[in-house]
Amino acid sequence: MLIEEKSSLVREIEEFVKLYGKKRSSLLPILHELQNKYRYISDFAQQEIARQLGIHPVEVYGVISFYSFLNTEPKGRNLVRICQSVTCDMHGKENIVKAIERELGVEIGGTTKDNKFTVEYANCLGLCDQGPAMAVNDRVYFNLTPEKAVKILNEAK
Amino acid sequence: MEIQKTIRKGSVIFSSYEKGSAIKKIIGLPREDILLELKTSKLKGRGGAGFPVSTKWMLTAAAIEDEKYIVCNADEGEPGTFKDRVLLTEYTELALEGMIIGGYTIGAKKGIIYLRGEYEYLMKPLQKKIEEYKNENLLGKSILGNEEFDFDISIFLGHGSYVCGEETALIESLEGHRGEARNRPPYPVNQGFMNKPTAVNNVETLATIPHIITKGAEWFAQFGTDKSSGTKLLSISGDCEKPGVYELPWGTTIKEVLELAGAKNTKAVQVGGASGICLNKTQFDRKLGYEDAGTGGSIIIFDESRDMLQVLKNFMEFFVEESCGQCTPCRIGNVKLLEGVKMIENGDFTFRYLEKLKELAGTMQVASKCGLGQSSPNPFLSILENFKDEILNSVPGGNYER
Repeated sequence: MLIEEKSSLVREIEEFVKLYGKKRSSLLPILHELQNKYRYISDFAQQEIARQLGIHPVEVYGVISFYSFLNTEPKGRNLVRICQSVTCDMHGKENIVKAIERELGVEIGGTTKDNKFTVEYANCLGLCDQGPAMAVNDRVYFNLTPEKAVKILNEAK
Repeated sequence: MEIQKTIRKGSVIFSSYEKGSAIKKIIGLPREDILLELKTSKLKGRGGAGFPVSTKWMLTAAAIEDEKYIVCNADEGEPGTFKDRVLLTEYTELALEGMIIGGYTIGAKKGIIYLRGEYEYLMKPLQKKIEEYKNENLLGKSILGNEEFDFDISIFLGHGSYVCGEETALIESLEGHRGEARNRPPYPVNQGFMNKPTAVNNVETLATIPHIITKGAEWFAQFGTDKSSGTKLLSISGDCEKPGVYELPWGTTIKEVLELAGAKNTKAVQVGGASGICLNKTQFDRKLGYEDAGTGGSIIIFDESRDMLQVLKNFMEFFVEESCGQCTPCRIGNVKLLEGVKMIENGDFTFRYLEKLKELAGTMQVASKCGLGQSSPNPFLSILENFKDEILNSVPGGNYER
């Protein structure tokens, strides 16, 4: 990481701390902002957040590792999460997964070579009446067919 | 986000409601009157645990503290449950007004909606609605001119953790920690968010309250049964023609639910989501209610073509992933139960070992720290018991062949 990048990240975290307040309960909202922007929370960012909030870096890491929407390694530009809960499974989740794996040339859990997609499983997206369902970033899609799922991904930027 | 809109019919939550009417009615009323109304209605928590709302609010109201909180639990993570999604999309005002009434009753100035990360797309519409309420003086300072009543609602986004639906884990998460359940006592009603008295209520519970306030406790209690008053939103999914959210009075039998949803050749019904119990054909006369088949509202229907062992495997994989790992019975227990399921799948098990696993399941039910580990053995026990002919006895010697 370049020194310039580091100092801009420091400033950015300062802004968030100002916005949410210098308190422990601001940790998740701040992590959410950084996760949204950078798609991961780097070691440096973790240490900087800890320093500014006055807590130990291990506390920050502990929180990140607990929540499945936060991660310490970079992911692809688009995060595809396919619902693996029982009703989506019954309604053809497997076919959707296979089609996406074939089309993108990546296995579930992996990231495409061009860094465009990371494909994961998700636990219940709350769309059991309209499964199979998946989420691409913060949008959800349901009543999927393999063809429809692939088309949605082809339209992603 | 376009989610299909349907015309919903129901006698309580889906009945007609004029925005703001419950708030207009309570402003100026003594809190005791509201608590008494709730007590008469016998409304119990709709998240699944069924704790009486009047008791929870009375304890929070009685706590002597300047700061109190009311939290709307919208961390709907139970597989097969999606009623809160519908409520927050189509009946937002009911949930908000439930919180406002709660704030007034317990003396809280702040309400927090804990919205699960998977529902991030509901954040903007919710914020818009909150703004609308502020503009109409139904939220904010001196609500409807009552100078003693200030109340604000903020939204806190979850980050994809099932266990955060448990109230103390949810509070930990709000405070910026890992979502690990706390020891109780102290209960959140005394020491919750920031160690201040906190009432945590399910979206559906809160959405029911404005109706009780405007139409009366007796009107509400005429629906349902004696021990389970009112109606329940059911999230029906699986093998049926008409999946979706239905509002039905407590006391409805599984058979009636199946007919309504257009389910054919039904073999099994999972009541209460992954952590609920699985019923077979002989049990379809059972009634939904806290006294019989209790549920947070999830009904998953399986027809004859489904492999119940695979269903169980799906549930156990879910629990292994979502156990927070804090207490041993849950962390290790779920892994062992899943191993057992895989053994059956491979035809590599003994009945003696399965008995041991059932014992372990019983231990988990009593020794786990929170509801997750206490209820995760439910599908294991009920599916193995109710479908043992299919799973264990279909082949001589008990080998399971696919």
